[in-house]
Amino acid sequence: MSERVAIVGVGWAGFRPSTPHQSYKELMYEAAVRAYADAGVDPRSDIETFVTVAEDFHEGTSIFDEYTPDQLGGALKPVHTIGGDGLHGLATGYMLVRTGQFSLVTVEAHSKASNILTLPYITAYAQDPVLNRPLRLNPEYIAGLEMHRYLYETDTPPEQCAAVVVKNKRNALLNPLASFAADLTLDEVLSGPPVAWPLGRHEIAPLVDGAVVMVLASEERARLLTNKPVWIRGIGWCNGSASLESRDWADALHIREAARIAYRQAGIRDPFQEIDFAEVDDTYAFKELQHLEALGICLPGEAGLLTEQGATEPDGEFPVNVSGGSLGVGHLLDGTGLARALEVVLQLRGEAGPRQLEDVEVGLVQSWRGVPTTSGVVAVLSN
Amino acid sequence: MSKQIKDFRGTPLRESDFQEGKVLYVHDALRGEYAWDTGIAIGHYLASLKKGVILGARCDHCRKIVVPPRTVCEWCFRPLTEYVPLQDTGTVNTFSICYVTWDVKRVEKPEIPAVIEIDGASPGHGILHKLGEVNPEDVTIGMRVQAVWKPAEEREGAITDILYWRPLKEVEKR
Repeated sequence: MSERVAIVGVGWAGFRPSTPHQSYKELMYEAAVRAYADAGVDPRSDIETFVTVAEDFHEGTSIFDEYTPDQLGGALKPVHTIGGDGLHGLATGYMLVRTGQFSLVTVEAHSKASNILTLPYITAYAQDPVLNRPLRLNPEYIAGLEMHRYLYETDTPPEQCAAVVVKNKRNALLNPLASFAADLTLDEVLSGPPVAWPLGRHEIAPLVDGAVVMVLASEERARLLTNKPVWIRGIGWCNGSASLESRDWADALHIREAARIAYRQAGIRDPFQEIDFAEVDDTYAFKELQHLEALGICLPGEAGLLTEQGATEPDGEFPVNVSGGSLGVGHLLDGTGLARALEVVLQLRGEAGPRQLEDVEVGLVQSWRGVPTTSGVVAVLSN
Repeated sequence: MSKQIKDFRGTPLRESDFQEGKVLYVHDALRGEYAWDTGIAIGHYLASLKKGVILGARCDHCRKIVVPPRTVCEWCFRPLTEYVPLQDTGTVNTFSICYVTWDVKRVEKPEIPAVIEIDGASPGHGILHKLGEVNPEDVTIGMRVQAVWKPAEEREGAITDILYWRPLKEVEKR
């Protein structure tokens, strides 16, 4: 039975606000062809099972599972679709290899956000239909509530959240996949229109279409396929409380727990010292700070200071979202976590081009499933 | 066993209790609207339907022609890049006779959904559509049929540009 699992191929397509030239199937196909070429495998003869991550309401098709095999090379093979973020798919693929039954697994997640005309309604449908939904609020209010309590409990000033936006959009300038790169000032971010105060428009990651495909392999297969395997050293996920009445609004407890699981597997005791860089969820700017604290990179209230002092810049002590994050690259709905993982893989292989970090060996990736969830995944990867 | 019980405990509910709102429930309707990018292959297919042509795609590796066209062959995973115009005639692979409409209304005149293997495509490759101008009892598997198109000026690049398929008369056979 394979003890270690490696990412041996990555592929992507789209990463633009709209992709009218391609159907979602064609987007997935382009990403898959790239991942298989990268891994040096033929999906029809080599890949043994396939995992896709998709949400029916995002696709507009019930039982969307049925529409995923062909364009991944999975026709008449074991395929299943799970709900969650792309990193949940990575965790599922990891477990499939660890069963010993499969040595090569494909994981896919994507976004066709531009095709969803009523996304705020779809997101609002994630709320409790009896207690919360009848209030008819735009679901971004949940991020506003969370941000307010987070700022209140950690004494984080709004300027430190705005600093995340400035950093990530500036990082995105070096990433050709990024759609929202910009060189903004703190004042420009802070003077943007409020959406759900204290949350402002510039602090919300805009949506993009795109697909990410990864090929996972057992250690034995990985050694044969590549001299640049990226190992999944630990991966954990956790769900908090669905209740909008009694959850912890300041601390991302679910991320704290998911990190504990991943660190335990990876043997990480002091993440700040033992991990070189991170790609974390920044769907909302304050989330990057809240997530860094939940990941144990620093204590509650310290992430904003670290950001302000430049510690999370590409040349800082602990670079965060060198890719530009979701704020700079764009948010891929269910595919967001895999997009963050893609950057970690490229960095660990030394293939990140002009934004390549020096001497990186261990990377952290974390995802969150968005409002109104308290659901997230943490993974530790190494080269 | 329940037959032996004369008086059930509790309060029975009547249809009127629901209608008059005596039973509490919350009603809401989903507002999900989508605009699917048809993409390269299906985009070509729909544009061709508007011109009155059914388009397939050839896989040289598997040596077959599939319909509707797509950008990838599901069996060999190679890209399909060559489009092939097909006939608007075909053979019924399977059919059903539906006496209940999609919104669950009973109808006297049934609908006849069918999978039609298109002439020019490889065996087993057909499209899902409806049959018309035929008595349900006369439909058979293997029946030869022909597309009945909307008038050219009314076509909009949709699968409904074909109204239905009717039996192909012997004299019309190519």
